[in-house]
Amino acid sequence: MFTLSNCLILAAALFSIGVYGVVARRNILIMLMSVELMLNAANLALVSFGRYYWPRGDHAGQVFVMLAIAVAAAEAAVGLAILLAYFRNRESADSGAMGLLKG
Amino acid sequence: MTIVDILFLLAAIASVVGAVQVVSQRNPVYSALGLIASLVSMAIIFLLLHAPFLAVIQVAVYAGAIVVLFLFVIMLLNLKPEDLGKDPDPPVRRRVALGSLALFILLGINLARAGLGAQPFAEEQVDPTYGSTAAVGEALMTGYVLPFEVTSILVIVAIVGAVVMAKRKL
Amino acid sequence: MRAADPLALLLPWIALFPLLTAAVNGFGGKRIGREVAGWIACAGVFSSFVLGLRCCFGLLELPAGPERVLKDVIGTWISAGDLHVTLSFVFDPLSAVMVLVVTGVGFLIHVYSIGYMEHDEDVQRYFAYLNLFTFAMLVLVLAGNLPMMFIGWEGVGLCSYLLIGFWFTDPKNATAGRKAFLVNRVGDFGFLIGMFLVFTTLHTLDFAEIASSQFLRLAAPTTLTIATLCLFLGATGKSAQIPLFVWLPDAMAGPTPVSALIHAATMVTAGVYMICRMSALFVAAPLTLSIVAGVGAITALGAGLIALTQNDIKRVLAYSTISQLGYMFLAAGAQAFDAATFHLFTHAFFKALLFLGAGAVIHDLAGEQDVRRMGGLKRWLPTTYITFLIAAAAIAGIPPLAGFFSKDEILWRVLENFLQGHGVYWLGLWLIGIAVAALTAGYMFRLVALVFFGSFRGAPEALLKPAEKSAPMMKVLVALAGLTAVVGFFGVPEALGGSYRWGGFLQPVWARGNEVQLPLAHGHWAEVLHTALVLGISGLVAWRTLDLFKSWPVHLPSWLLEDPVFPAIRRRAEVAFGVDEAFRRWIVEPLYAGAARLWQVFDVGVIDKAVNGTADSVGRLAGWARGMQTGTVNLYAVVMTVGVILLLLSFTLI
Repeated sequence: MFTLSNCLILAAALFSIGVYGVVARRNILIMLMSVELMLNAANLALVSFGRYYWPRGDHAGQVFVMLAIAVAAAEAAVGLAILLAYFRNRESADSGAMGLLKG
Repeated sequence: MTIVDILFLLAAIASVVGAVQVVSQRNPVYSALGLIASLVSMAIIFLLLHAPFLAVIQVAVYAGAIVVLFLFVIMLLNLKPEDLGKDPDPPVRRRVALGSLALFILLGINLARAGLGAQPFAEEQVDPTYGSTAAVGEALMTGYVLPFEVTSILVIVAIVGAVVMAKRKL
Repeated sequence: MRAADPLALLLPWIALFPLLTAAVNGFGGKRIGREVAGWIACAGVFSSFVLGLRCCFGLLELPAGPERVLKDVIGTWISAGDLHVTLSFVFDPLSAVMVLVVTGVGFLIHVYSIGYMEHDEDVQRYFAYLNLFTFAMLVLVLAGNLPMMFIGWEGVGLCSYLLIGFWFTDPKNATAGRKAFLVNRVGDFGFLIGMFLVFTTLHTLDFAEIASSQFLRLAAPTTLTIATLCLFLGATGKSAQIPLFVWLPDAMAGPTPVSALIHAATMVTAGVYMICRMSALFVAAPLTLSIVAGVGAITALGAGLIALTQNDIKRVLAYSTISQLGYMFLAAGAQAFDAATFHLFTHAFFKALLFLGAGAVIHDLAGEQDVRRMGGLKRWLPTTYITFLIAAAAIAGIPPLAGFFSKDEILWRVLENFLQGHGVYWLGLWLIGIAVAALTAGYMFRLVALVFFGSFRGAPEALLKPAEKSAPMMKVLVALAGLTAVVGFFGVPEALGGSYRWGGFLQPVWARGNEVQLPLAHGHWAEVLHTALVLGISGLVAWRTLDLFKSWPVHLPSWLLEDPVFPAIRRRAEVAFGVDEAFRRWIVEPLYAGAARLWQVFDVGVIDKAVNGTADSVGRLAGWARGMQTGTVNLYAVVMTVGVILLLLSFTLI
């Protein structure tokens, strides 16, 4: 049950759910959270592979994930900061209304 | 069916349920809670994969800091229902769900084709030092010190950026 | 490998001196100034004349016969496989005649131009072009092989274009120049094809080698006929015969000295010269020679009729030139190459004189060219009148002036062809020749009467002006008149007591070929009778015409007016028998229409469409692509996802 394939399938499932969240929802916050979900799925895949290839590989899988988490944190911070700035101007968190880049 | 298998199964289910919660709730707070559930289950799986340090980091940073940041912002924005934006109509949502399903199936097929490890993880080979804090720390400071340093610069940039962006008056 | 005889080293310089002065005038004209330009140009031509004279005397020192030739090769031009073309200059009796005519008459015309063009702004350019022309003509005449002759051939065509359209600010002049060039081009095409055919059959392009080539006998007569016909096409273009004569009347738009030099004395004779130069080749194609004679005769007749109806003084002379050239071709066709050359020689003098006289009249009447507005000018322009009259008498064949001997010689030789049994065709041509002689006297003296006799019909203000103003011009007219009177005596036939030195001098040129027919010893009494006949006809016509056209309006004799055919012929002749019109309708307009269609269909429809269409479609594509930038973040996410799915699909399927 606890095989590499199953781990990867789990990661794939989480990723797909995250994709749905990003595409189908118009609330920015939820979209951001779905992105975090996708990142998380990728992390899982990485760790699984790292474990699978031990002792032939090294700790690369876990190190990668560590740094990925750091990056995810940075990205979340900046994204939310942007959202804050936008919200102060527009009073809305609706991604459909964010059409300023249209054309 | 060892204990590891059962634990894995339970954690996996919890993770998926949490993820679905994230994408389906109207209230962002509920989504955040779902996210926490998913992340904590993920941490458990990390433990099973001999990555204790990572599990702790996941809980502390991901679930603990990032999601909390989300909650702070939600509170700060004080969103009213009208601000939340109208989600697309059910027909559209169904189409997107089908798309996600297609994505999942495609990924699955490719994974199956790759023929990777249908065997359970071999426990005997694992060194107790694998995944330990000391081991990860050593790897981080020796072999992977460059990515480490670059990531720290990235974090600094993000901090500065976030501070500048969120100021009330520039 | 330069020439054996040191004198021959002078040959290239005969051609090069005018080129140098042309360069001086052409490039340094602004600095030199208007007065000096003319004298520099004259110096260039005069130097060539002196050199030519020196070489001529050098030639006479050589023993008579085929050895009488100077040759200089200054380098190889083309060397490709079998084809070896050198830059070779050849000076034999024929060249001597041509060089002396070109440089001698050319020099006189240059001097005349100094007077004629003194009020013009652009004289340096004029003299540069005139010298350039002289250079090209000399290259043509001195060339030792066909390609080199072609250089000169094209060169004179170019200079003709430049000089006809000299006053190019008037579009009529530019058009006339263009017409001359294009019609000439058609002839050049013929020349080229002929040249190629000559090379394929005779494997050489050098004149001496062609003349002595054994392939002349071995080659298929059809090929030779076609080759020579093509060359003759080139000659018709250059020498304004049917069908390519239409440019010459229009070419009168250029300055009159240009008309005198290029379109009377020199360039138009290039065709005749070419045929004489390649006499051995043409003799090997007797059918072509018959055609040449026939075309020459018909052209002479037609042009003579047209000349009778024209009212522009220069156009009458233009058609007269065409007619006289017809005579030359008639002679060449009858294998009387020496007679053709003789007429070329005498014609240069009296035709130049006629044109320069006409130019003097035009100059002194401040630009008037219509004879209906002239008349009685002998009172005010005495020198012009006398010299013009001398030239008219010469062309009409009045002895002892030059034209009498040359024209008489041609007609007698044509008749001789018939008498020798070559067929009644030649009798017909002879009859045409006699008719043309009458016509020549007719139109010439009509011109003389209308311009110089009777009372002045021009605008009254013009009456104040006519006076002979320009000394250089008058001096040249007198000189030419003197020459016209004298040069005939080179060719007095034995029947009339002369020794026909002309024929003797040129004999070796024809005899270098193997099969040139040499004339019979002249049968004396027959020829004397013939001469008397021709003289009688010309004289009678001249006298009656002079009488007729003295009064204005002209009262034509009743027998002529009642003749049913006369009005029809006259009407047709007035419009040059519709040849120009036919060219315009059947060739020029279809070409324009075709070009317009082609432009519409291809240039606009295909090329422009492709270019604009590309720009257009890029625009449209960009417009469509712009639709993707909706600004909605969700859409971007969708697009990304779809992309990922497609990528995965590709991995799955491949």
